[in-house]
Amino acid sequence: MKRDPGLYDYLPYDKRPKIEWPGGARLAFWVAPNIEFYELEPPKNPTRISWPRPAPDVPGYSYRDYGNRAGFWRMMEAMERCGVRGSVSLNVAVCDHHPEVIKACVERGWEFYSHGTYNTRYTFNMSEEQERALIQDSIDTIKKHTGQRLDGWLAPALSYTENTLDLVAEMGLTYVCDLFHDDQPGPVKVKKGRLTSIPYSLEMNDAISFTVNWVSPRHYGDIIRRQFDRLYAEGAESGTVMCIPLHPYLIGQPYRMKAFEEALAYIAGHDKVWLATGREIAKHFNESYYDAFAKASLPVGEAP
Amino acid sequence: MISDDYLKYPRRRYGMDHDRYEWSMLHAREKIAWPNGARIALWVTAALQWFPLDQQGKPFKPLGSLQTAYPDLRHYTLRDYGNRVGVYRIMKALDKHGIKAGVPVNAAVAARYPSLVKECVARGWELIGHGLDMDHLHYEGMEGEQALIAKSLGTLRGFGKVRGWLSPAKSESHKTLDLLAAEGIDYVCDWVNDDMPYAMRAGGKTIHAMPHSADVDDATILIGMHHDEDELRDQLIDQFDLLYEESATQGGRIMSVPLHSWVIGHPYRIGTLETVLSHIMRHKGVWPATGAEILDAWQGGRVKGS
Repeated sequence: MKRDPGLYDYLPYDKRPKIEWPGGARLAFWVAPNIEFYELEPPKNPTRISWPRPAPDVPGYSYRDYGNRAGFWRMMEAMERCGVRGSVSLNVAVCDHHPEVIKACVERGWEFYSHGTYNTRYTFNMSEEQERALIQDSIDTIKKHTGQRLDGWLAPALSYTENTLDLVAEMGLTYVCDLFHDDQPGPVKVKKGRLTSIPYSLEMNDAISFTVNWVSPRHYGDIIRRQFDRLYAEGAESGTVMCIPLHPYLIGQPYRMKAFEEALAYIAGHDKVWLATGREIAKHFNESYYDAFAKASLPVGEAP
Repeated sequence: MISDDYLKYPRRRYGMDHDRYEWSMLHAREKIAWPNGARIALWVTAALQWFPLDQQGKPFKPLGSLQTAYPDLRHYTLRDYGNRVGVYRIMKALDKHGIKAGVPVNAAVAARYPSLVKECVARGWELIGHGLDMDHLHYEGMEGEQALIAKSLGTLRGFGKVRGWLSPAKSESHKTLDLLAAEGIDYVCDWVNDDMPYAMRAGGKTIHAMPHSADVDDATILIGMHHDEDELRDQLIDQFDLLYEESATQGGRIMSVPLHSWVIGHPYRIGTLETVLSHIMRHKGVWPATGAEILDAWQGGRVKGS
């Protein structure tokens, strides 16, 4: 085991090259719905259990299933009313199970990136060869069902190996959502390729907010506004990124929709916001700032 | 090390990864017309539960279980409070609006407090099977599930008709639904994947899943998430408002209000229920109904060509 993941150098928040987003925007805003499939009876994994209860975990499984049957469609319409496209964090098996959901996203010009095959299959302890096969499955499935090139990665159920980021970069992906160390994009140190970390968020993530922090729905709307107000103000100095990661089974519950939609409309109503996708943010950063950020970064000392 | 089989997906196919029910999207279905043009079927349930003192906790302890070393008189009595006091406050709150509840009853409550169950029946409340008690869960590998279901339903059916079932802690084995259907149960309240009823396969018969919400449940919000009563009120009102709005274009919807007499029945909490019910009942087109009434109307109320 490593003591330090060694994935990035140190770049203090107040001493960076200035980021300018397209159209003079202060903040790049993106919404990342996690469209997932949790298997009723996944194979056992040596390091993580899939369901807290013995199979069949009826409430656990059916709660996730709610997202695809009901929640997704409400969430999609709310985003559409606010003029916000999704960057879908996709368990690619959804292409096979629920092609109707994929088609609705394609029709709206949404982006797809990978969140593994199923949210009940974990990367922990995979060999390099197995993990390559997992990534290739995503590249092929997303291409086949959406016509899109796979650019981004969010590890399935946030499960990793030490090789994960090297492999996604080597296989041609350009951004990752797995690192939570910053409010701006930044270079990731990988063996081959050019990989950018795009701010995703656990703080704004509906799953963490609702099921870990037990935030009430109206308060969720409040914290989204507070997060946005501060990042928007800071974006006057150098462009920031704000992401709202969603899960249709959570945000798509009737009692959570209204407060969320109001917060989304509030953000979309600001003129210096760039309503972007993950790929668009990564591309802009990679082309204009990646090298400058890498050059300005300070080497990380060794922990005693 | 991970076996290469871990990257094989034998159930990666169109639809679900099991055969219990079909994949179906809420927005794409036939619209439902409730009786008298109602937009919302209001389905209030008030569970009557008993947490025995000699709790075994197999295969897990449900929300509300006893917590201290034996004998945990503290939690035992705090739960039983619902059966002695709390439920009578719920009755009053519902009576104001003429609402009849569905009442999931642990068979142990029926046996211990028959006068309470008779009182529920006398008010026109619908009895819903709710297992034996909160320490007899249904789970895969358990022994004697068929006998447990027969005993639970047999006890409750001594008081009146039982068509619905809520498994204690919504916990099922692979056989639970088949066994329930064989016992003449028409609907279950364990599955939380929909806002409307849908059909499930149950050992050659059909059983329906009714949308008994786990989210806007008083125990989930107040005990599980530690929200306060005002937050519970807001969530129930927001739930109703959105469903009401949706019903204008998508057909009839169901507002499920799942209560526990040991949670909402306290003096400082019952007012929250009254406030929420007043909000809901102020609206036109709200039809307070029991689960069986809603299921029957759903089966007869599909709007052709919608």
